[in-house]
Amino acid sequence: MTGPGPGPGPRPPGRAPAPLRAPTLSLRARRRSAANQRARRGAGGSGRAAGAAMEEVCAKFVSQKISKTRWRPLPAAALQPPDLFATGSWDNEDNRISVWSVGDLGNAGLNGEYQGEPQLLCDIRHNGDVMDMQFLDQERIVVASSTGTVTVFRHHQNNQTLSANHRWEKAHYHVDQDTSCGGAACTGVICNKPEIVTVGEDGRINLFRVDQKDAVRTIDNADSSTLHAVTFLRTTEILTVNSIGQLKIWDFRQQKNEPSQIFSLTGGRVPLHCVDRHPNQQYIVATGGQDGMLSIWDIRQGTVPVSLLNAHEAEMWEVHFHPSNPDHLFTCSEDGSLWHWDTSTDVSEKPSFLHQGGRSTTYFPHNTVNQSVVSAWLSNDPTKDRMEITNLIPNQTLSVNSLDVLGPCLVYGTDAEAIYVNRQLFA
Amino acid sequence: MEEVDGEPPLTVVPGADPSARQLCFAWGPAEVLVCETLFGRRGGEDGGQSSSCVFVVRKDQDIYIQTLRKLFNESHGIFVGLQRSEEELAGKSRKAQLVQVSKNYRSVIRACMEDMHQAAISTRDPALQSQYSTQVSILSAIELIWNLCEILFVEAAAAGPLLLRLLDWVRLHVCDVDNMVREVLSSENPSKHELFWNVVDVFVLQGRMDEARHLLSKEASANPTSVNMYRILDDLMKKMPMPSLGNTQTLTEMELKWQHWHEECQRYLQDGTFASNSHMESICKILLGDEDAILEKKELMTTWYHFLVTRLLYSRPTVKPMELRFYAQSSMDLFLGGESSPEPLDTILMAAFEFEMHQVIKECSIALSNWWFVAHLTDLLDHCKLLQSHNLYFGSNMREFLLLEYASGLFSHHSLWQLGVDYFDHCPEYGRVYLELHIERIPLNTEQKALKVLRICEQRQMHEQVRSICKIMAMKALRNNRLGSALSWSIRAKDAAFATLISDRFLKDYCERGCFSDLDLIDNLGPSMLLSDRLTFLGKYREFHRLYGEKRFSEAARLLLMLMTAHIAPCSFWMTLLTDALPLLEQKEVIFSAEQTYELMRCLEDLTARKSDKQKLQGDDVETTKVEMLRLALARNLARVIVKEGTLEGS
Repeated sequence: MTGPGPGPGPRPPGRAPAPLRAPTLSLRARRRSAANQRARRGAGGSGRAAGAAMEEVCAKFVSQKISKTRWRPLPAAALQPPDLFATGSWDNEDNRISVWSVGDLGNAGLNGEYQGEPQLLCDIRHNGDVMDMQFLDQERIVVASSTGTVTVFRHHQNNQTLSANHRWEKAHYHVDQDTSCGGAACTGVICNKPEIVTVGEDGRINLFRVDQKDAVRTIDNADSSTLHAVTFLRTTEILTVNSIGQLKIWDFRQQKNEPSQIFSLTGGRVPLHCVDRHPNQQYIVATGGQDGMLSIWDIRQGTVPVSLLNAHEAEMWEVHFHPSNPDHLFTCSEDGSLWHWDTSTDVSEKPSFLHQGGRSTTYFPHNTVNQSVVSAWLSNDPTKDRMEITNLIPNQTLSVNSLDVLGPCLVYGTDAEAIYVNRQLFA
Repeated sequence: MEEVDGEPPLTVVPGADPSARQLCFAWGPAEVLVCETLFGRRGGEDGGQSSSCVFVVRKDQDIYIQTLRKLFNESHGIFVGLQRSEEELAGKSRKAQLVQVSKNYRSVIRACMEDMHQAAISTRDPALQSQYSTQVSILSAIELIWNLCEILFVEAAAAGPLLLRLLDWVRLHVCDVDNMVREVLSSENPSKHELFWNVVDVFVLQGRMDEARHLLSKEASANPTSVNMYRILDDLMKKMPMPSLGNTQTLTEMELKWQHWHEECQRYLQDGTFASNSHMESICKILLGDEDAILEKKELMTTWYHFLVTRLLYSRPTVKPMELRFYAQSSMDLFLGGESSPEPLDTILMAAFEFEMHQVIKECSIALSNWWFVAHLTDLLDHCKLLQSHNLYFGSNMREFLLLEYASGLFSHHSLWQLGVDYFDHCPEYGRVYLELHIERIPLNTEQKALKVLRICEQRQMHEQVRSICKIMAMKALRNNRLGSALSWSIRAKDAAFATLISDRFLKDYCERGCFSDLDLIDNLGPSMLLSDRLTFLGKYREFHRLYGEKRFSEAARLLLMLMTAHIAPCSFWMTLLTDALPLLEQKEVIFSAEQTYELMRCLEDLTARKSDKQKLQGDDVETTKVEMLRLALARNLARVIVKEGTLEGS
């Protein structure tokens, strides 16, 4: 169409007919019938004000499907909330790593965007889908690609640019029948500076050191199925989850290429997609599966999960304990929902540890007292234990692929090509 | 067939030269493949040297514009919300809901327009800049049309409020004069500005009386001599009756008041109150709805639809929806004055004023380069129950036809295909078939993407597609020598044949290497073991090995025998199983009972008989030796067991 378009340009944003752009958000608790839920938790009726967090969520449509979002870690002893995060895209012809700022740096930018909306600082092309991404330190980001390459990007903060710092080509690969090598998707990466561990569709585990050209250790065919995610258990041990419902512990001190322990879901072979361990009590591990189920494992005992919690209606893509407030857990899913699991609400109802301790210190064995305080995630007692579950996205449509929590801030990205930032999670 | 509406536009394929070579083409879902042919070429004079290219010609090119992806994604959410919304809300609240949805769509268009505008400003590439500017004007035209459709069709404003809505519409969209207004208002002394009266006229033409009066009062204070004249005009403008939005006055009341006011204006004009000031006289004429006086301000209105609304405001404020068409047609004729012919946008707006909804949609489909607008607008109008009577002579109905076109376009995009799924879901007649055909053509480069596609299919019980996707993934894994993954995929698809194939690969590997690969998988088969006989055998056979490894010999022996007697093991594998029995037969203690030994012997004889039926055992020394050894071992075991069992029973 040519010609009679009305006017040379749009009006200032204030004149838009219905300013309904920020997603409305209500803290509405949603629970499903928990038929196959082993540890049935108490009803989570939320009495909190629905409007509290409404203005605190900013949405930004970014014209690319977001596969990963990660906060930049805070320097030690920092008090301010995080102000920078990185995103990675997938399924685009031209995928990108982008760094965004939500700080007050350029507050209310020239374009009249309202404060708090993420501002793009810099981005860089990435070959292949971004499968996973972790900050190695304040400046470096390790990215896993669907081509099997693992790249370390450096974020130069003085001139706001990104550059590829180091690259391990085809860290993951297939050897096919004609003995030619093809890259295999690297599905997970975890960093514990200077070490980087990657896992992939080829069932391989790589241990890299950031400044070394070759892998320090490679376990070929570590798993006969696809490894979906990896996390550090302790400095020398890692946890992996695979597509046949197994959780494995690997110890790099041992020379043999076998897992030191295997845990598996009972019954079906439901693939596990994500894993995270409790930041303080390292024996508590959470995993999310293809059926949207959240499993809590106590790796000190047994080979099956302590509790299975019916959660999402489709694949759970990520699970994260809150790093400094681990009574809170966050999960996101293919069904377009993001759940906040809160076990801190029942603290008041629990027998007070100090009070009881004062009354009869010798009466309670140490570990009993300890357990009543720490094991909100492990408790099986449905009457005593309450868990408040809140769906943070009421009108869900497309998959929420990734989330990250740090301090009071939450960031998540979706297949609907939007990133959302909530800066007052516990308001 | 209906006749063709106008000539189809010519598409030039850059790089193809139809004058040199014939072109041929093939239809795709949302694109056309064009290639050059050898047809009619004279005897290979250019030796086939010059390229033979295949061109992909896309219909819905807007899909590939980066900034518009926000529009597609955000409107997708609104679309899904509208489909989910409860139809039970009756009457007013349902209408309010639909108007809200319409406003949401428009605010998305506006947001996208602003982004595009920003992009146009910030880019330095002139080609890109003009591309962005074109998009801005297309988007603003879209929003203009949508807004008018919202007033006329969705909200269906009645006489009275209709005019107010149209005024809002004009104020929102005719923003050519905004810069002028801003310049005058921000100047030090507005009343001395050369464009002062233009701005007053703009306010009057748009019915912004308060602002016009405010400006005039400044002028009045600067001219104490003519203060009386100003007061009279101010008074007229203040008293002008306006239709109300609520039910506070009836139309007749309004018309009566308006008649009185009109007569008063008439009086002042006739007795020459404003004769000394031509500006004020012309304003008074405008207030009286004098067409010539209004037309004089053509430059300030810029469009015929502004003229239409101004004309209605001052001559027919209680216009009924059905009367609009006459005023619209004559306004356009008067405004254009035969100087220029109406452009597509004019035709579309005219069709809307004539309440020809189908004409609007048809014209938009022809004029616009994307399906987004018509698909969403038609869907909204359909939810207003305005399109039900209309049937196409192809497909099901117009709403579905347009949604299918739009969604097909999304599916041809490498990344936006996920949005298309929900649109297909809400096409009751052909949506499913379209989805089935499209979803199988999504390239699956990672398992994660495959899982997402699979989830879409599983939620919709598309078993055929689930099988095909799993098979593709299983084949890929197999080609990469990832037997474990391959087996997982075929188990997920419940594909027994493929599971059998992979189990055979496992067993073959075992026979060659003497040990199993991927133990973690085989040990963890669980109930999925029952998917295929071969898989069951694989699992059970591995269980035999485990029992043997754990030195639970009698259980192992029972299992081994069962594998043959229950015909779980394939015949080709019997010799291996019998060989596996050898160490058990040679154990110090007796493991196989007499009965079991007889069974084993029968199995061996069956096997050799079958073999010799097919081909005489000739020259296969290894095989013969094996059989000899087995026979010997079995005989010895039988001897021992008879002695043992005899002793036990005897004692």
